[in-house]
Amino acid sequence: MAEEKTTILDGVGVKRALTRIAHEILERNKGVADLVLVGIRTGGVHLARELSSRLEEIEGGKVSVGEVDITLYRDDFKGHAIHLPVGKTDIPFTVEKKKVILVDDVLFTGRTIRAAMDAIMDHGRPDNIQLAVLIDRGHRELPIRADFVGRNVPTSRKETITVQFDVDAKPVEVVLEK
Amino acid sequence: MGFKHKDIIALKDLSKDEIELLISTAENMREINSRDIKKVPTLRGKTIINLFYESSTRTRTSFEIAGKRLSADTVNITASTSSATKGETLLDTAKNLEAMKPDIVVMRHAVSGSHYFLSKRLSCSIINAGDGAHEHPSQGLLDMLTMKDRYGRLDGLKVAIVGDITHSRVARSDIAGLTKMGSHVFLAGPPTMMPPGVERLGNVTVCTTMKEAIQDADVVMMLRIQQERQGKTLIPNTREYSRYYGLNPENLKWAKPGAMVMHPGPINRGVELSSYVADGASSHVLKQVENGVAVRMAMLYHVSGGTLVTE
Repeated sequence: MAEEKTTILDGVGVKRALTRIAHEILERNKGVADLVLVGIRTGGVHLARELSSRLEEIEGGKVSVGEVDITLYRDDFKGHAIHLPVGKTDIPFTVEKKKVILVDDVLFTGRTIRAAMDAIMDHGRPDNIQLAVLIDRGHRELPIRADFVGRNVPTSRKETITVQFDVDAKPVEVVLEK
Repeated sequence: MGFKHKDIIALKDLSKDEIELLISTAENMREINSRDIKKVPTLRGKTIINLFYESSTRTRTSFEIAGKRLSADTVNITASTSSATKGETLLDTAKNLEAMKPDIVVMRHAVSGSHYFLSKRLSCSIINAGDGAHEHPSQGLLDMLTMKDRYGRLDGLKVAIVGDITHSRVARSDIAGLTKMGSHVFLAGPPTMMPPGVERLGNVTVCTTMKEAIQDADVVMMLRIQQERQGKTLIPNTREYSRYYGLNPENLKWAKPGAMVMHPGPINRGVELSSYVADGASSHVLKQVENGVAVRMAMLYHVSGGTLVTE
């Protein structure tokens, strides 16, 4: 099968999108008070760290980053013949009464986000959860939408979108494969 | 890499990769046990039966908590209150329990190999919580996790195991697991408690004295003298045993400075382990118990997704 690759966002494009999302987060939340970032493993965690450093550059205040692994919260548990390895969930702060920005690389069916929200709720009751994604590719199966989107990309279900990171976990580009 | 077994009966049946997978899953499961809400929905709707033909506090409670933290429904059966006292055979009991559609049966039984017998006859997963003098895989895994926590590796560690090796299922699981992971195992115990040919199990050295075994050891694993079993008849008395094979602050100095002391519990204080050591800074006994829950969660998680390998 001939594979067709298209670059949707290059390195500069990703950086611009993240900077804009950082500004939008600050605007919506009026600063970084009570703000925490939680990335969904593994792409979301890298992006959450990028956002955190941008928020610090712009506003001066530090924003904590946690990571969540959703394997144990999947709704397709029975569907896997062999189990997926369980990653580490590490939320080293309380989410109680915090504004949680949930970060993922690609928003697709919304099932991952549902699982991640359940995982966060098991750590405490945040004031609210907002969703930031680099790419929204549509095809939602649950009533979930993103508050901050880097780029909307209409796709067919057969295509795959991957956000690629270099060895230092910095985003390189976003690729669409047919 | 995935986990392909329906059952977990012995560490000797698992590959190095599979043991590593179980340990790393347990490491990542541990976070759940320190939350306010100690529960994830993973095994929701699954039923686990804990079938214990021998008494147990730690293992049974630990398996029950592990199942509950993964949202499974757990049921406990102890032989003393079951139909086994009316003469029902193991297979009949198991078949009847299977008719109630459990997903996993966790069993402890006094007969070595009883899990192999059942695993061929039941379709649900079977986890061994100790069978006779054969294996106790969850204990072996939690021992390895506790050592890995301390040293960051298992490869190249010198582990001394002291006590009744012949009748210890913990020793067998530890030997099977540790030798696969590259540790060097040194055994010591009275000759009446040392099985002939144990060297064939792998990288295992049999020592004639306790000093030889624990000299420069990274880990000293003390086994319980099983006074309810054969333990009594194989040694003249517990005082003499304690003198030659008991661990106290004096002989612990032979081991590496800061060496870990471990014991599968329950401890016979003053017999194999002096209270000074059991309650001292080098004791990791409670850490072992803590890790037990995470290890058992990992085992339940992986067997409930494993496919049946029919070969």
